[in-house]
Amino acid sequence: MPDRPIKVLIAKPGLDGHDRGAKVLARGLRDEGFEVVYTGLRQTPEMVATAALQEDVDVVGLSILSGAHMTLLPRICRLLAEAGLDDVLVTAGGIIPDDDIPALREAGVAEVFGPGTTIAEVAEFLRTNVRPRD
Amino acid sequence: MPSPPSAASTGRPAERTWVGITGPPGAGKSTLVSALIAEVRTAGRSVAVVAVDPSSPITGGALLGDRVRMQAYAGDRDVFIRSMASRGHAGGLASTSGAAAAVIDACGFDLVLIETVGTGQAEVEVAAAADTTVVLEAPETGDEVQAIKAGLLEVADLVVVNKGDRPARAADGGPAAGHAGRGRRPKVGSGGAPDRPLPKRPEVLITTASTGAGVPELLASLDRHRVAGRDAATSEARLARAEAQVWAILADRLRASLHAEDRRAATESVLGEVAGHRLDPYTAADRLMGNLVDSDV
Repeated sequence: MPDRPIKVLIAKPGLDGHDRGAKVLARGLRDEGFEVVYTGLRQTPEMVATAALQEDVDVVGLSILSGAHMTLLPRICRLLAEAGLDDVLVTAGGIIPDDDIPALREAGVAEVFGPGTTIAEVAEFLRTNVRPRD
Repeated sequence: MPSPPSAASTGRPAERTWVGITGPPGAGKSTLVSALIAEVRTAGRSVAVVAVDPSSPITGGALLGDRVRMQAYAGDRDVFIRSMASRGHAGGLASTSGAAAAVIDACGFDLVLIETVGTGQAEVEVAAAADTTVVLEAPETGDEVQAIKAGLLEVADLVVVNKGDRPARAADGGPAAGHAGRGRRPKVGSGGAPDRPLPKRPEVLITTASTGAGVPELLASLDRHRVAGRDAATSEARLARAEAQVWAILADRLRASLHAEDRRAATESVLGEVAGHRLDPYTAADRLMGNLVDSDV
């Protein structure tokens, strides 16, 4: 089925307790025709990788506001690769300083969406960059 | 269209225990599944969950939120959770839920839980897909007339009244439980044909999934039901399951055929006539079936 919906995991790694943004994005992507798995707050990198594997998602979207992105996001990318999920598109959003973005890209994060990004922009990026679906 | 692996191809249909969990939105299905996972893991058994949430009829998108209540087990290799969107399939499951459960089952999980979308009164498909069907109800959701209506409650092997800490649950689980549990079988010779299928007589349990109260009893009851089901002749149940699986796939293929490139225009024109009140839906369905036959599916 070439028109299978894109399946996205929206995850909140780390200890911040603010998931308004993640929920708004989850709902927004739902309205854009994506199938969105939301896992809730305070996920460890291992939990995120396990969920991505079990759910066979096309995209992992990570929302993080705690400042721990330089520790957690590269670790998640590594765990995904170790699980054979190196074809999964990883994106991030939240409060991430511009200076950190090059290192995150280097670690495997395809795009970082900061405050002010529209849902439509995120959806368009995912549709353009997601792995081919059979 | 790809063909997912079938139950038949996994080679161990007789061993498996598939438990369907269904009930209205917000009754506590995901929370109860989470509590069941805890109980099953305490007993040292492995468990897999197929959790279905609805697809948007408008955009085709879906928000699959069942994992939120099951996070405690995200790092446990003996717990596998797969969320699925219903993708337009009616009946409470996705058309591929049975196939997904079969694949997971073939991996050797001791227990496979199939959680439906939040159901209303008539989404009974899970009863054909699962060995044991649990219908979950919340207190304060209806009176005795609701409880004697046909549909979901009839297919329950177990009726679980969740949120048992609510005052209105009543000692007996409320009206739904009372009727599900005490329903009388029609007597032969009192108007019912002797070979007419009889409604099930489900056991009724009360749980509070958020605290785990009643969950050990539920697992024990599921185990009893599994043993009983293994002893009883289950060919009828297997036939029903086969029919449900094939039916789900057939319905999908029919729809796809009617929307295929070479038939789409004809299909849309018939639908348009129904929308414009120029054609009744029955004639329309006959005509669409005729289109399929004429062009040799």
